[in-house]
Amino acid sequence: MNINATLIGQLIAFVVFVIFCMKFVWPPIMAAIEARQATIADGLAASDRAAKDLELAQAKATEQLKDAKSQAATIIEAAKKREMQIVEEAAGKAEAEKAKILASGHAEIETERNQAREELRQQVAVLAVAGAEKILERSIDAAAHSDILDKLVAEL
Amino acid sequence: MSSAAELTSQEYIKHHLTNLTADAQGLCSMDSGSVNPCDGFWTLHLDTLGWSVFLGFVFLYIFRSVAKKATTGVPGKLQCAVEMIVEFVADSVKSTFHGTNPLIAPLALTVFVWVLLMNAMDWVPVDFLPWIISIVGGVEMSQVYMKPVPTTDPNMTFALALGVFILTIYYSIKVKGVGGFIKELTTQPFGHWTLYPVNFILEMVTLLARPLSLALRLFGNLYAGELIFLLIATIGLFQLPVHFLWAVFHLLIIPLQAFIFMMLTIVYLSLAHEDH
Repeated sequence: MNINATLIGQLIAFVVFVIFCMKFVWPPIMAAIEARQATIADGLAASDRAAKDLELAQAKATEQLKDAKSQAATIIEAAKKREMQIVEEAAGKAEAEKAKILASGHAEIETERNQAREELRQQVAVLAVAGAEKILERSIDAAAHSDILDKLVAEL
Repeated sequence: MSSAAELTSQEYIKHHLTNLTADAQGLCSMDSGSVNPCDGFWTLHLDTLGWSVFLGFVFLYIFRSVAKKATTGVPGKLQCAVEMIVEFVADSVKSTFHGTNPLIAPLALTVFVWVLLMNAMDWVPVDFLPWIISIVGGVEMSQVYMKPVPTTDPNMTFALALGVFILTIYYSIKVKGVGGFIKELTTQPFGHWTLYPVNFILEMVTLLARPLSLALRLFGNLYAGELIFLLIATIGLFQLPVHFLWAVFHLLIIPLQAFIFMMLTIVYLSLAHEDH
């Protein structure tokens, strides 16, 4: 073992290798590693975000479902109320209509009855005159006895 | 193994611990009384240089091919493996170094993978490469000198440690300024001005011990491991289970030493960036 010019040769080789490594080996490998690390970090962050989004969406969906249910219940409640109201209204209207129809019927009947009575009265007067004629078997001067006849008609 | 028949154990081990060496005159001969003994400074360990540069290229080729095709989507298996190593180094740097220096992490990655690959050459059986060379080159195995684990060569480990040391000094001065660096070396641990020379001596020891220990730790561990592999290779047929056990033990040693070297590199540079 002796120190000689080999040392100088080795030193030069060492320097050249280190410079080559520094210029052409280390930077691209490190760049590739770092780029991949960044990609992986991004992917992990994205998956985290997606998981959080999913959680949020699920919570939102649950919330919306609950809202929809309560809304549906409200609508059904309102509909029921409205139904009752309509039925009541209809019943009231029908009642009123019935009363109106009844009233008009009564009025008509009354009118017809009065008319009939009037007619009857007239006819009774004629019949009474005819009867009286038959009874007296003579003609009666209608004009002379009109006061009696009128009296009779008023009495009937 | 086969050469042990011709060499004594001592010669066999010595043979395997000799580098393939060359200087301006050509390949060096290790035989005594040779014409080119190569004992000057301007000689090169061809095996150390060749294997370390080859392994450095293996590292850079694999990592560069991944870097070019690096996808930010689903990665392939090779990209996964490379990214695991890169992330491991990046985490180590992040937990120790709190500055924003873009050099530290690639430096730590280079140190870790390169040292790991060089240490891993320890797993290649000690006679395997010389055997192949002797067959391909048609020479006797006793003439083949090949030490394929670069980190068992102090030139290698000291080169790494020296590189780190130079960076430490550079960043110390860059971050704290020359005055700040000198102040750090002289005003601690004793606050009184009369003790500044003592402080300076203590701090210099600390400063110089760092690259020295960094280099010698790696070298010592791997050299000792290699030596034990060589010793095991001399004991004949029983070497097979023993070799296996020692290789399994190196499953721990090899990555651990690479990791320690990387961590200390980061720590020393982190200390250089700390402004008191």
